[in-house]
Amino acid sequence: MVRFNMILLLIVVVCALGVVTSQHRARKLFQDLEGEQERARQLDVEFGQLQLELSTWATHPRIEQIARDRLHMLLPDARPVVTPAAVKPAANRMGH
Amino acid sequence: MAVRRRPQRGHRFTESPVLQLALQGWRSRTVGLVLMGAFLLLVGRGFYLQVINNDFLQEKGDSRYRRDIEVSASRGKIVDRNGDMLAVSTPMKSIWAIPGDARTMTAAQKKQLSALLEMSVRELDGKIASEKTFTFVKRQLPPETADRIAALKLPGIHQELEYRRYYPTGDMTAHIVGFTGVDDKGLEGVELAFQQSLLGHPGSRTVIRDRRGSIVEDVGATKPPQDGKDVRLALDSKIQYLAYSNLKAAVESNNAKAGGAIVIDTRSGEILALVNWPTYNPNNRHGLSGAQLRNRALTDTFEPGSVMKPFTAALALDKGKVRFDTIINCAPGHLTIGNATISDAHPHGALTVAQVIQKSSNVGTAKIALGFQPREMWEMFDAVGFGQAPNLGFPGEVNGRLRPWKTWKPIEQATMSYGHGIAVSLVQLARAYTVFARDGELLPLSLTRLDDAPVRGINVFSPQTVREIRAMLEMAVQPEGTAPKARVAGYRVGGKTGTAYKVEGGVYAKKYVASFVGIAPISEPRLVVAVMIDEPSNGAHFGGDVAGPAFSQIMSGALRTMGIPSDAPVQVVAAAPGKEAL
Repeated sequence: MVRFNMILLLIVVVCALGVVTSQHRARKLFQDLEGEQERARQLDVEFGQLQLELSTWATHPRIEQIARDRLHMLLPDARPVVTPAAVKPAANRMGH
Repeated sequence: MAVRRRPQRGHRFTESPVLQLALQGWRSRTVGLVLMGAFLLLVGRGFYLQVINNDFLQEKGDSRYRRDIEVSASRGKIVDRNGDMLAVSTPMKSIWAIPGDARTMTAAQKKQLSALLEMSVRELDGKIASEKTFTFVKRQLPPETADRIAALKLPGIHQELEYRRYYPTGDMTAHIVGFTGVDDKGLEGVELAFQQSLLGHPGSRTVIRDRRGSIVEDVGATKPPQDGKDVRLALDSKIQYLAYSNLKAAVESNNAKAGGAIVIDTRSGEILALVNWPTYNPNNRHGLSGAQLRNRALTDTFEPGSVMKPFTAALALDKGKVRFDTIINCAPGHLTIGNATISDAHPHGALTVAQVIQKSSNVGTAKIALGFQPREMWEMFDAVGFGQAPNLGFPGEVNGRLRPWKTWKPIEQATMSYGHGIAVSLVQLARAYTVFARDGELLPLSLTRLDDAPVRGINVFSPQTVREIRAMLEMAVQPEGTAPKARVAGYRVGGKTGTAYKVEGGVYAKKYVASFVGIAPISEPRLVVAVMIDEPSNGAHFGGDVAGPAFSQIMSGALRTMGIPSDAPVQVVAAAPGKEAL
């Protein structure tokens, strides 16, 4: 009977230690997860800033100015313009 | 001597009388009970603290390790139909100080901080000289600078996350996008109209932090943050830019007070462009005037003038009162109704109905209109959307003015037929023209991009009527019409000029509103473009001369941008002198 109790006690101690270690590991992993999530948030912020920068560089007035002044581009005369009838404007304009 | 004999039966140890006195049982039991009682007391106290009244300790523990943190949510973006950014929030940091603590900074620290903040040490000293317990040192700082300040670990200097709204397209889309004030509150335009869906709702979570401040566990309920939803407008930023730059050029070259332009996709009722001049830069809103802020196309009404004539003609055709080629005698160029006389800018002789529209004859239109019951005309105006707000959900939309038909006098009925005595906004006017672009159907307009099947509208005119009106509109941009300058190379376009006197204080002033509303391509209409120029004062004031060229530029750019195939043999656009309008 005594021996049986000792075995049970041992098992309890081992389990208790197991709980402690797994709790510790869980917290470690959780911290890593937090870190990665923080990184994701920061990358998201950076993405937003880059998008903003992109759209600032790509504003139409700027594009027109560069096309006209630096690249000396002109609108074509209507005469040689051929618009392909097959182009479906809807398909053309489905966003990025 | 007597020797005292020891008793025979010697004492055994246990028989010692001292010991025999023994400890009375009650004493040991008492001690035992006391100890037991003390134990019970401890157990009871423990039970009390841990189970019954555990709030206090829980609170103490929580206050050491548990933190409620707010998870910020960002405001939704506003993008155009192709996903180009029109308004976007980006995180910024604000630097604030507890002045008492901040004053303990060393001179070197102050110098470092003021260098990063781009302010003088003296200015910084001024900020932290206050006796308050909280003061902003600088707001809306880029995050990188804020990180460098945080790395200095200065006493009494703290940071806070904020969002700042940027409008990359600036003044080009200012009126339609609007702007936000503090705390992400939409104040104008789409920012206000879509405030509910744009607004993000911050979440919260309860966590346990360890000694070093890093989060080790989530406890309790977490509420995920809800970022604001993006709003995708129907706007095409390229067409918007075309409309913006051409309107600006038209307003400036005509030395006008203001102007507006709208481009509508007639298949879906989407607003592809909406611009006003003057405008403002939403990124820097210092010293704005009401004139700059006004979204004229939606919130201002004007008497449209001759652009209304096609509606009168359409009603007459629809009711079978006239045919395309019915002759109307417009001589001698004026017409007296009651004690008022209306006249044409240039007298005409006998004209067909189509020519009345082409040459924009007031007398001819009035003669057609006098054949209606006032009620018929009112119902038609009402059916094409005049006198009621266009229901875009946009702040400040106006109804315009369409008086009840019962109060109409014959002269008013006559003037209304050519667009005086009725007030509309540019949006209403452009929307009404979708009727001619869509075989008689009036579409609801949309500010946001529609991805579903084309909407159905309400039928106002029969398809046959509309085909004939389109032919008349096309005639108006021919050299014999009022607006040859509105033609677009490579495309068949049609439209109507308007040159109206402005009403100031109830009387007509010698100031004009020149307008042009047109559709293209005539063979299969895709776009309605409306242009309005307020008070042109550089010589020309006829709609065909002032608004026509801007229309032509905007329309040709928009057609090209949308890749709409040309439907006309190419001709050289003649710069014919402006014809009579009104």
